[in-house]
Amino acid sequence: MNNTETKKKFNMGEFYSKLGPLAALLILVIFVSIMNSSFLNVNNLMNLFQQVSVNALIAFGMQFVILTAGIDLSVGSILALSGAFAAQMILMGMPPLLAFLIGVVMGAIFGAFNGALIAYGKAAPFIVTLATMSVFRGATYVLTNGNPITGPKMNNSLSFQFLGQGYLFGIPFQVYIMIIFYVIAYLLLHKTTFGRKTYALGGNEKAAFVAGVNTKKLIILIYTIAGFLSAVGGMILTSQLASAQPDAGTGYEMDAIAAVVLGGTSLAGGKGKMFGTLVGALIIGVLNNGMNLLGISSFYQQIVKGIVILTAVLLDRKQSQN
Amino acid sequence: MQIELKNISKAFGPNKVLRGVDFSIQSGEVHALMGENGAGKSTLMNILTGLLDFDGGNILVDGKETRFNNALDAEQHGVAFIHQEMNNFAEMSVVENMFLNREIKKSFGMLDMAEMRKQAKAALDRLGADIPVGVPVGSLSVGRQQMIEIAKSLMNKTQVLIMDEPTAALTENEIAKLFDIIRTLKKQGVAIIYISHRMEEIFQISDRVTVMRDGVSVNTYKTEDTDVKQIVHDMVGRDMGDFYPDRNPKFGESYLKVENLTSDGVFKDVNFEVRSGEVLAFSGLMGAGRTEIMRAIFGIDKFNSGKIFIKGKEVHISSPEHAIQHNIGFLTEDRKDEGLILDASLADNIDLPSIDGFAKHGFIDKKADKDFVDMLMKRLGVKAQSAKDAAASLSGGNQQKVVLAKWVGSGSQVLILDEPTRGVDVGAKREIYDLMNELTDRGTAIIMVSSDLDEVLGFSDNIAVVYEGKIQGEIATKDATQDKVMTLATGGKLDE
Repeated sequence: MNNTETKKKFNMGEFYSKLGPLAALLILVIFVSIMNSSFLNVNNLMNLFQQVSVNALIAFGMQFVILTAGIDLSVGSILALSGAFAAQMILMGMPPLLAFLIGVVMGAIFGAFNGALIAYGKAAPFIVTLATMSVFRGATYVLTNGNPITGPKMNNSLSFQFLGQGYLFGIPFQVYIMIIFYVIAYLLLHKTTFGRKTYALGGNEKAAFVAGVNTKKLIILIYTIAGFLSAVGGMILTSQLASAQPDAGTGYEMDAIAAVVLGGTSLAGGKGKMFGTLVGALIIGVLNNGMNLLGISSFYQQIVKGIVILTAVLLDRKQSQN
Repeated sequence: MQIELKNISKAFGPNKVLRGVDFSIQSGEVHALMGENGAGKSTLMNILTGLLDFDGGNILVDGKETRFNNALDAEQHGVAFIHQEMNNFAEMSVVENMFLNREIKKSFGMLDMAEMRKQAKAALDRLGADIPVGVPVGSLSVGRQQMIEIAKSLMNKTQVLIMDEPTAALTENEIAKLFDIIRTLKKQGVAIIYISHRMEEIFQISDRVTVMRDGVSVNTYKTEDTDVKQIVHDMVGRDMGDFYPDRNPKFGESYLKVENLTSDGVFKDVNFEVRSGEVLAFSGLMGAGRTEIMRAIFGIDKFNSGKIFIKGKEVHISSPEHAIQHNIGFLTEDRKDEGLILDASLADNIDLPSIDGFAKHGFIDKKADKDFVDMLMKRLGVKAQSAKDAAASLSGGNQQKVVLAKWVGSGSQVLILDEPTRGVDVGAKREIYDLMNELTDRGTAIIMVSSDLDEVLGFSDNIAVVYEGKIQGEIATKDATQDKVMTLATGGKLDE
């Protein structure tokens, strides 16, 4: 009905939330590839996807959390702790596949722990996960004694290495994992009752509760997913580095949050799409990769990343004010 | 000081809220102002204290025509208003609150805390209130917070003090204490305008009573020359039009039955039952506990003891999820806060309680879902361009229909409607009543909580009246009168 009006007034904020993330990604790709032709090399692209996949996995989980107006700062620590667990078990002789499986289950449990504290302790997600970020990181240091966990069992085991180092049809194996989990996360968020309830919870928790949504259970499940996907990232990273580093995943929560926000999801909850988060993760990946190729110092890289995130958030604010 | 309000009138747009009100008050007098919600009491007081402009009439202060520009102006002339909702800053200390925006300063803008503390103490002492001035206001009981408000107003040499429902949140001890203070102030020559719904208090504390109804001051009495009956009659004595559709109920079996439901300090020994096809109204004054009873039944709040039966079978409901499984629906009092997800679409709001029914292995059947939403929007007459519109974009009446659609869709056989027509315009009101009729014709049992006495009498089959957390009495609507309901609602008993 208001078509004429919308046409007349070009709304930057609205444009960004609809097509912006994708457009920003395209512009970024074109810009970087003009500046440095090696960007589009197959090798570099594979490298880029490899770098993106762990962050993207964490960001998919973060997407659910942020849709409920929550936040999970402990994802990097969960990644490290579950990775260290799996590595320890492999060194003790457990088949790598089984160890990976137990590792991700542990990650899910850590996430459920976060969720239970938030749902039943009625505590702010920011504080709860700030605390558990410290707890899980500390536990990782205790477990690893502060040293990387590694050994010949890792270096010579194909079933260990395929996850983070293997290729299938010329594409890193972890990229397939990322895509599979993207599809699952997408379906979960946009096609199931679980996703609908997640949006409802983020839109108005009280109204969702009155409408019969088991909000406590839902919150626990969502943080469980976040923990689980972080742990999947932990398994990939452990395999990729052929060791579990005690400080693995430090700062990963920031990249994941940035990916979600860049993808157009509102930190106030209730609004955002899974596709946006995938694009957001790719933007961060291209940004990192591109700046490396262009020889920009890592000090400046941080400044640029910060500015990009700020711009996205301000555009988002502008849109919600309109 | 003497204030006289003469023939005051006021309209909000086409809506005339005051149509010639007379009211007066003099030093050393407690003058009670009574009337139903919406009678115009608060508007009148807001006009007196300069919060609102008025269209006609005069305000005479000591015989001189006066018009206060704003609350501050009124305060400086000795007229203070203690609102029902106290405007405290809970985290700030007593003295900080008392001197907010009129801090005493030393040189360089530094606060003179010592002087402020001294004056705050003096003001509280005058009331005989022993309250430490350094603690945060939020840590004190409501009664004590009120004393602070009174003390604050007394610091300005207040000569006329307006109190709006001052006892609404107080315990009996606190009320006794408040009355002592009122008597002290009276002796000191302060004039007090006392707004309250509670009959007993009026007769305990006031010298004169003025009753307002529909924007008119009906009568002013000396308290000793009148009685409850007279006042209730003045408060409600009006004819009802045929605004409400007829009820032709056919009662079926008992659907929901509640036995001795108790939540300590909130409600006690609540017993009632509602049959299929029945509209059972819950009447009572604000804060009597009606909403709290319903929230407990629906599993939002916990209760301490008592039983709930559905079709004669005891059920244990500990969350709205359970309540919905037992086919109960609940339209909450506050539709924006608990009824709707305002930013979400109408469709997403309507199907939320039923969404599990459209899922195969968790995946939503889009077509079935859409058909369901379309059918409900049509059936309830929701006026919107599309089911994809945000709930926030609708009018109050349409929003209420969306909430109703949600509960009709979830298959509710008991519908608890808490203030179903609040904030709804007249036309939509009628549509909601017609819907309720249609639902009860199909056997739904409806509990209607309402503060609108006309509505309760005009559109229900039976009326349960709640007073201070108890059901004071239940009457068949055909035998009920406004006087009877008001008597019960203010704690009285019906003699045969």
